[in-house]
Amino acid sequence: MKLLTTLASAGLLALAALPVAAQTPSTLRVGLQEDPDMLDPHKARTFVGRIVFKGLCDKLLDITPELKLVPRLATEWSFSADGLTLTMKLRTDAKFHDGDVFNAEAAKANLERARTLPDSLRKSELASVDSIETPDASTIVMKLKRPDATLLAQLTDRAGMMLAPKSLSGDVATKPVCSGPYKFVERVQNDRIVLEKFKEHWEAANYHFDRIIYRSIPDTTVRLANLRAGELDILERLAPTDVKSAQADKSIKVMSVANLGYQGITINTNNGDGAKQPMGMDKRVRQALSLSIDRKVLNDAVFDGLYEPIIQPFNPGNPYLSAEFPVPARDVAKAKALLKEAGLSKVSVELFVTNNPVQAQVGQVIQAMAQETGIDVQVRSTEFASQLRDQQQGKFQMSLIGWSGRIDPDGNLHQFVTTKGNQNDGKYSNAEVDKALDEARTIYDVAGRKRHYDAAQKFLQDELPIVYLYNDKRYFALRANLQGFVINPDGMIRLSGLKRQ
Amino acid sequence: MLALIGRRVLIALPTLFLVALFVFALQRALPGDPFLVIAGEERDPEVIAKLREIYRMDDPIFVQFFAWLGQVVQGDFGRSLRTGVPVLGLIWQKLGVTVQLAVASMIVAVGIGLPAGIIAARRKDTLADYTASAVALFGLSVPHFWLGIMLILVVSVELKWLPASGFESIFVDPKASIERLIMPAFVLGGGLAAFIMRHTRSAMLEVLRSDYVRTARAKGLDEDTVVNRHALRNALVPIITLSTLLFGELLAGAVLTEQVFTIPGFGKLIIDAVFNRDYGVVQGVVLCTAIGFILMNLLADVLYVLVNPRLRSG
Repeated sequence: MKLLTTLASAGLLALAALPVAAQTPSTLRVGLQEDPDMLDPHKARTFVGRIVFKGLCDKLLDITPELKLVPRLATEWSFSADGLTLTMKLRTDAKFHDGDVFNAEAAKANLERARTLPDSLRKSELASVDSIETPDASTIVMKLKRPDATLLAQLTDRAGMMLAPKSLSGDVATKPVCSGPYKFVERVQNDRIVLEKFKEHWEAANYHFDRIIYRSIPDTTVRLANLRAGELDILERLAPTDVKSAQADKSIKVMSVANLGYQGITINTNNGDGAKQPMGMDKRVRQALSLSIDRKVLNDAVFDGLYEPIIQPFNPGNPYLSAEFPVPARDVAKAKALLKEAGLSKVSVELFVTNNPVQAQVGQVIQAMAQETGIDVQVRSTEFASQLRDQQQGKFQMSLIGWSGRIDPDGNLHQFVTTKGNQNDGKYSNAEVDKALDEARTIYDVAGRKRHYDAAQKFLQDELPIVYLYNDKRYFALRANLQGFVINPDGMIRLSGLKRQ
Repeated sequence: MLALIGRRVLIALPTLFLVALFVFALQRALPGDPFLVIAGEERDPEVIAKLREIYRMDDPIFVQFFAWLGQVVQGDFGRSLRTGVPVLGLIWQKLGVTVQLAVASMIVAVGIGLPAGIIAARRKDTLADYTASAVALFGLSVPHFWLGIMLILVVSVELKWLPASGFESIFVDPKASIERLIMPAFVLGGGLAAFIMRHTRSAMLEVLRSDYVRTARAKGLDEDTVVNRHALRNALVPIITLSTLLFGELLAGAVLTEQVFTIPGFGKLIIDAVFNRDYGVVQGVVLCTAIGFILMNLLADVLYVLVNPRLRSG
């Protein structure tokens, strides 16, 4: 017994003598919905990965909440008159985490890696680049194969991120060396990624935390519980069902912004046997489906009325939205008339949804609404990897699927509806749409581009290869004492200016 | 003893081969293309083709299998498709986490289950016995997921006594580690405590009825000595076997608890790997789990012999 008592008291003493754990005042703890994939900007693919890169890697350009381009590593930029040359001036005071200086050579090495590495995922983003020149240490010149209005937007994200040249031959995915405001310290897969302040960063004065810990907590309830318990300072993607309870908590702030993407139904119009049914073959049936859905009720039923109904591939407030296509009111009579016109009294169609409760609910609400107009929707739920594969192989009739969105309008349309688009799983094909969207890529001014998107939308809104449903607004929750969070429709967490009161 | 161990290891090898083959085949039979997921949102066909080539996906399946097995035998489990991290390192890291959770849970399970079982047996058919049985039934029937969330909401969010989730290694920061392990260990170990309590109770009852206990009592020994020195030792034999098997069970069964408390262990690793079709990780984890189970069974047998000397000759 005596031994036990001695041991116990020794243990207690040891515990008391330990340093206070992890929670020094200058650590920012961020809750992520998933664990990021590779930490190599040229190979990474996940949305959450981009959030981590915001702290780790600087890029050539950035965007403001209004989607305007602003300088980062590139201080100024211009296109030549023929639109075939992009010249960028670079910062001269930027450094990589290994101490090397950032210059045009380094930028060139990165861009070359991004567009030539066999398994680079940035290739298509930089496909218009023909060659890269470095006339001097602070200038980089990109020669283009064709004018490319989407290029600058690509350089605001992973394609424009800069890794230390010496690290390029090493294991980038697990030990990234960049030039961002924070350096990589460690990663515990499925748990956390730790970054530490890079004191030599050119903008170091704007970053007030010494350490950043990103923790992946997939369960939304548990993620919120962690925030409320003071274990996190900020979290991304608060579930709509949790918004009310978070708002009621005085120690927490909730912020939201329309996200750049969309959620909708992709319809198989032309991809194998799956297209050979009334929904795939006759646009009137698709119009009837769209008219039978009350987007507002859908949003009220599943998302507590927090998401916004849409019918175009752009987020509310986007400069490329067309006034010509307002969100239609539900019209059962007209939907029935359209079916009748198509010579049908009843249509039966299958809808793929991802096997999570929210998607299943969306599917069920659509099913109930479509039923009333004579469209019998059978909801089939599978997990995401299978859904993607079947969709690509044309083994589907309709698929409920979303898109996280891009800053540039091209990223929300071109690959989904042009004949050769990588993600055109329904194999929709319309020469006029192809032409309008291809041309829109080559025009640098907004008004001129918009005319081409409007022209494309005229066909798309009539033929409906994709029926857009809602914009899944992004909700962030943060501790009330966290100041300086600038919310941006790209859904990223920018660390600049963040501080604890 | 060494012969026993050697024999068992030899028997284990073909089992492991079959497990490996089975997992490999099953994994390939799953619907869904991992490269479609891995190629990212843009899904560039050129990139997908390149990835398939890098991972030899276009070879016949048995060629892929033996190529993989050949690497595994040399200790190379490949890299995670998703994160590019070596699989073996990942498994070691996660195993360390889950073993700490399992040990903590086992401490809870034995710490509650064993004394409760002994008390229940000694005071058979009294209020103490009924209470212990009722609590045990509760422990067995409450779902881990629900109990976990309730604990987080009450203990962390409302009372702010313990951190809500996460993990810290006991070797790095013991205080933070223990704080974070209490709730999950209670959730995971609680159900097992009930199990151990029931088995301890019946084993003790049986031993207390036996002849040598009657002899010991007849010698005039006091009840505590009879129970602790004579009865318990023999009652422990089946309980130790049970506990080692349960420990193996714990390693595999920590999945839900790890999910609720976001503990980056083995369970979370495999769930994520399956959802992402991360072939190398799933194969590695299943193979290691099989090895773990075989080792646990072996350990159970060895302990069995050690505790019960009568079995030593056999």
